[in-house]
Parts: sequence; C-alpha cells; structure tokens
Amino acid sequence: MKISKGWIILIVIVVIIFLLFSWGTGIYNKLVAQEEGVNQAWANVENVYQRRLDLIPNLVNTVKGVANFEQSTLTAVIEARAKATSVQINPKNLDEGSIQKFQEAQNGVSSALGRLMVVVEQYPQLKATQNFSELQAQLEGTENRISVERMKFNQSAQAYNTYLRRFPANIFAGLFGFQKKAYFTSDKGAEKAPAVQF
Amino acid sequence: MKTTVSRIVTIFLIFLFSSSFLYSQDIPARPEPPKLVNDLAGILSVEEVQQLESKLVAFNDSTSTQLVVVIVKSLNGYDKNEFAYRIGESWGVGQKGKNNGAVILVKPKSANENGEVSIQTGYGVEGAIPDALAIRIVDNEMIPRFKEGNYYQGIDAATSTMISLLKGEFTADQYKKRTKDKSNPVALIIPLIILVIVFTMIRGSRYQAHSVGKHIPFWTALWMLGSMGGGSRGNWHDFSSGSGGFGGGGGGFGGFGGGSFGGGGAGGSW
Repeated sequence: MKISKGWIILIVIVVIIFLLFSWGTGIYNKLVAQEEGVNQAWANVENVYQRRLDLIPNLVNTVKGVANFEQSTLTAVIEARAKATSVQINPKNLDEGSIQKFQEAQNGVSSALGRLMVVVEQYPQLKATQNFSELQAQLEGTENRISVERMKFNQSAQAYNTYLRRFPANIFAGLFGFQKKAYFTSDKGAEKAPAVQF
Repeated sequence: MKTTVSRIVTIFLIFLFSSSFLYSQDIPARPEPPKLVNDLAGILSVEEVQQLESKLVAFNDSTSTQLVVVIVKSLNGYDKNEFAYRIGESWGVGQKGKNNGAVILVKPKSANENGEVSIQTGYGVEGAIPDALAIRIVDNEMIPRFKEGNYYQGIDAATSTMISLLKGEFTADQYKKRTKDKSNPVALIIPLIILVIVFTMIRGSRYQAHSVGKHIPFWTALWMLGSMGGGSRGNWHDFSSGSGGFGGGGGGFGGFGGGSFGGGGAGGSW
C-alpha cells in the first residue's frame, strides 16, 4: 500500500492539532487546579476566623460569671461578633472589595477582644482559674492559626496570580474568565493580635 | 582566563553561602542526618539525648507520628509559637497528607531572659492534642520541672504524655508508602516514537521499503499521542521527596515526611 502525500499532510495536521489541544488542556487544568488551591486556602481562612467566633460565647460566659465585670467591653465583643457573622463572602469572587469587607468585620472582633483582654487584667481571680487559662490558650492558638492561614492564602493567591498573568496562560485566563485574586493586607491594628500576654 | 573563571566561582560561592547563612540565622536548619531531638543549646547530656531520641524514634516507627524536640539558646526575636511553627513547617515534621507532627520548643531560662516553651501541633495532631490540652502539658508537665532546672525530666514527661494522647488516635494505622508516583518516564519516550513513525512513513512512502509505520494503525498512534499529554504531568519535586520515612542511617530516624502545620498549640514562659 502506498501512502500518498495527502495522507502524510493530514496526519501531521492532526498531530499538530492534538498537540495544541493537549497543551491548552494542560494550561486550563492547571488554572483550575490553582484556583481550587486558592479556594481551599480561603476556606481555611474562614474556618479559623469562624473558630474564633465560636470561642466568644464561651469566653463571654466565663467572664460574665465574675462579679461586677465591666459590661461595656462584653457588649462590644458580642456586637462585633454579630457583625462579623453577618459578613458573607462568595469564594468565587475574591476581589479586593470583598476581602477588605471581610477583614474590616474581623478586625472589629480583634480589637473588641483586645480590649476585653486588657480589662481582664484587672481581675486576678479570673485569670487564676483553669477554665480561663485554657480559654486563653485556645484564643491564642486561634490567633496563631489565623495568621498562618492568612499567610498560606496569600501564598496560594500569589502562585495563582503569577501563573494567571504570565504568557501564555493569560490568553486562556481571559478566554475562560479566570480572575485575579486579592491578598490579605496588614493594615493598622489588623496584624496586632489581641494582647494575650500574661 | 583562569582568574575570570575563579572570580565567577567565588562570586557564585559567596552568593550561595550568604543566602543560606541568612536563612539559617532565622530558624535552625533541618538537621542532617535528620534527628528528632535537637539540643542546640547543649543542656542535655549525651545519654539523655539518646534516651529521648530512641523513645521518639520508636514512636515514629510504630505510628509514623513525629514528635520533634528543639532546644535553642535564642528565639532570634521571634514569638515562641511562631518560631516553633516555622520549624515544623520548614522541616516538614510529620507525614505528608497526615500532617501528624508536633514540635516541642524549649528556650532555657538564662540570666537575663525568661525561659520559653511552646508546643506546636500539626493539622493532624490538633484533634488529639487541642490547645487546651497543650497548655496543660506546658503548665503541668514542663514548667514546674523546668523551674527546678530539670529539663530532661520535663521534656520526658511532656513527650510521654503526648505519646499516650496520640496513641488513641493513630494506633495500628500503618503508614503506607507515599502516594503513588505520578511521573511516568515512558511518557517522555512517546513523542520520540511518534517522530520515528512519522519519518518512517515519509520514507516508506518514498521507497516503499522497510516500513515500520504502516503496521501501526493510525488510531493507535493517536491514542499514544493522547496518553502523552496526561502522563508527562509528573512532578519531580514529589518524586525526589519520596524518601519519606526510609533511607537515612541504619536503625535510626529515617527523616521528616513533609507534614504541615496550622499554628495550633500553646506556649508558656517562666
């Protein structure tokens, strides 16, 4: 059987199309994988912030038990928590505006908790209880977790953004609607975890 | 000519050393050969280090959970928890995927500085040793003994407590070898084979002799081409880090597994 020139050209074209297709698929799949990585990191960030919100009722109850504890700081913590709970972010849309909104609400909780911890200083009988020292350790651990997960989120967002904006992925990103992700920024007071130094 | 080469080499070496030096100033570098007990402050005797090491190695061998003890002279300006977290994350304490590692960091009390201690738990250990338990271990097992200068006894008691806590979680769970290799060396050869086929076809059509290509159906060739796309997505990093809990010195600790940390744990000072 003789293979004609036409056949060869056809095979070469098919091979080239196939190569282009698998190349494009590779880039698209990598974009998807990286975006999923960012989503996962975001879920972890929300998770650790939620962990802090979940600690608050317990903390408030423990502190409330102490005779004549300053009520205004407690109210401030509860209000900040309610506000933070009401802020919901769509993970599909992690742009600067939504991350900032999230951060502001959580910063409110941070500063309210910070004030509460300062006030607690005046109640040595509270600090001496095992229950409170464990709560305090949990709170401190949660603050550490928050800074770790924020850092990890920024790292994965950076990896995704770098890949997204580089040639040739930028062509596919525009084509399939992949968006740049925003970062957590350390603004005044945000990086300062409530002082749990005792 | 010779001087230019040596100058380039010197610059390169300076660059290499200065970067690794800057890094090592921050956080202690991962020990080579890997060890679970790292007394960088030199407060434990050789026998004490050996006893702790063999206890922790035995625990690692039976459960794959890695407890690392690090004793340092200075925290280099870091918070104790952050320092311990960074050790855990950069050394890769615990197994990848399971994240079953924990770091016990001790900075002994010196003339003008407080002693500091921190337990940092990997993601997989947070369940067995939550922060509230970690602070109990710090407050009840370690600090009272450290105050009397009994560093070995404090660390020994803390690691024993952690081991018995962790045994409830990971008992007979045998650590399987790292997840299968994704890289497939055959994939690299396939494009070559296809090239050969195409060229043989071209030649074959011209001379009508020695044709190998015509025995391979067109669709088979396409299928081979297609499998190339998926197979070549191997990751050399995964591959090279596969040494996991094996290799290393005979009988001793095999190495860190690449576990990850999330900032859980607790610390205290005295």
